[in-house]
Amino acid sequence: MDYLYYPGCSLEGTAKEYDISCRALFEALEDRLTEIPDWTCCGATAAQCVDPFLSVVLPARNLALAEKTDTGLDVLVPCSACYLNLKKARQDLWENNALRAQVNQVLEEDGLAVNASVRVRHLLDVLTRDGAVDRVAQLSENRMKGLVIAPYYGCQCLRPYVEFDDPEQPRSMDALIRATGADVLAWDMGAVCCGASTATTKPQVGKELVGRILDQAKTAHAVVTVCPMCQMNLERFQSRSVPVVYLPQFLGLSLGMPAESLGCGMNLSDIRPVLSRVAP
Amino acid sequence: MHLTDIREKLAARPDLTRQLAQVKEQVATCIQCGTCSGSCPNAGFMDMTPRRMWRAVLTDRVDMVFSSQTFMLCASCYVCTLRCPRGLPLTGAMAELKQVAFGLNLDRFKRSTLFYKAFMDNIRQYGRVRETEMMARYFLAVKDPRVPMSYTGMGIKLMAKHKLHPHLPTWGPGRLAPLFDRAKQQER
Ligand code: SF4
Ligand code: SF4
Repeated sequence: MDYLYYPGCSLEGTAKEYDISCRALFEALEDRLTEIPDWTCCGATAAQCVDPFLSVVLPARNLALAEKTDTGLDVLVPCSACYLNLKKARQDLWENNALRAQVNQVLEEDGLAVNASVRVRHLLDVLTRDGAVDRVAQLSENRMKGLVIAPYYGCQCLRPYVEFDDPEQPRSMDALIRATGADVLAWDMGAVCCGASTATTKPQVGKELVGRILDQAKTAHAVVTVCPMCQMNLERFQSRSVPVVYLPQFLGLSLGMPAESLGCGMNLSDIRPVLSRVAP
Repeated sequence: MHLTDIREKLAARPDLTRQLAQVKEQVATCIQCGTCSGSCPNAGFMDMTPRRMWRAVLTDRVDMVFSSQTFMLCASCYVCTLRCPRGLPLTGAMAELKQVAFGLNLDRFKRSTLFYKAFMDNIRQYGRVRETEMMARYFLAVKDPRVPMSYTGMGIKLMAKHKLHPHLPTWGPGRLAPLFDRAKQQER
C-alpha cells in the first residue's frame, strides 16, 4: 500500500536511523512512502506547554499539506509524540467546527486550509494491520530464530487513543517479531513509561524508570522500540549493556537487508549481539 | 512565602485565572480514590501526589499548587487518564497547570520557561527543530555554565554518530513567522 509519510524533526536528527530504516523497510516490502512536501514541526512537547492555540495550528498545517496532495492516502507517523499531536489535532478539528474555522484563518497565511479528513496512523498500526506480518514471515525465512526480543511500546502510540492494541497490555508487536523466527519475551514492562521528556530535564527520573524496565529484560537479547524518545531514554540510561533497536531496523535485518542500509551504525547502544546473528 | 506572590500574579491575569477555573471544573467529580497516584510512574519523584494535586486545585489552594513541581514531572503517559474511575482528563489537566505556571512566569520554572522559549523560537525561525542551535540558544539564555556541562557527554556521543548538525544560524524574518503572528492576533 501507499502512504503519506511524516518523519518529524527527531528523525532528521537524533533518530536518523529510524527514518533510514523505515524508508528502507517499506521499499523492501514494496509499499510506497511519499514524504509530505514542506512539512514542519508538529509542536513537540513545547507548544502544548506554552501555547495551546499554536499546539493545534502547528499540526494542522501538516494535516492541511497532506490533504493538499489530494491522494486520499493515510498519513504514516513513526514518532509516537508526533503521532499523538497530529492525531489529537485531527480529532479536535474534526469535532469542533469553531476551532477549525479559527485555525483556517491562520493557515490562510500560508495559502492552506484544513478539513481534518485525513487519517493519521502510527507506524506500528500500519505494520501490524496492513499485511506486513505475512510478508515478513514469507521473506525472513526465520532468520532471527534463537533470539528473544522484548517488545517496548511506550505510551503515546497506545494511549489515550485506543486504535490498534490494548492500551495497557499491548500484543500487536508479538506477531511481527514471531514472523522473523524470534521469540517474544513475556514481560509486563512494554507499556510502562520511560520518563519521556521528563528524563531530559530530570535525569534521575530517566535513570530509575529505565532501570526498572531494562531489569525485566535481562533474559532478552534485545529491546525493540517504536518511538525516538523511548529509544533515546532506553539507550542513554543503561546500567548494563542492552541492545536497543528500532522495530524497522529489526524487521529489515530479518529480511536479510544489509545493516548499513538500516542505519545500524548509528544506534547509541551496542547492538552487535543482534547484528552477529544475521551476519556472523 | 509564595502565597501573596502567586495570588497577586494570578489576580493580574484574568485569562490564567479563567484557565485554572477550567481545570477545577475538569476534575470536579474527583472522589479522591488515589488510582491516579498509584498508577503514576513518576509519583515517587513528585513532592505532591496527583491525587493531592487535584485536592489542592479543588480547594483553591493555588499557593500549594504552584509551589509544587508535580505537574512539571508529568510525562504525559496517559495511564491516570485511562484508569481514573471518573473518566477525568487528568493528563490534559496537568498540561494546563504547566501552561498556567509558565504564563505566570514564576522564578521557580525559569529554566523550563527558557527551554520551551528556545524551542518555540527555533520552530518559528526554521519550521523544523534544529537541535544543535536550539541547545546553543538555550545555554546562552540560562547563562549557567553547569547546564551545558551536564549535556556535554550526550552531545559528544551524538556528534560521534553524526547526529548533530551544526547549521549556520540564518537570520531574517523566520520561516513560520507569519503563521505565528497571525495565531497571536487570533488568540486575542
Ligand atoms: S483517579 Fe480520578 S477520581 Fe481517583 S483520585 Fe485520581 S482524579 Fe480523583
Ligand atoms: S499522565 Fe502524568 S500524572 Fe498521569 S500517570 Fe502519567 S505521568 Fe503521572
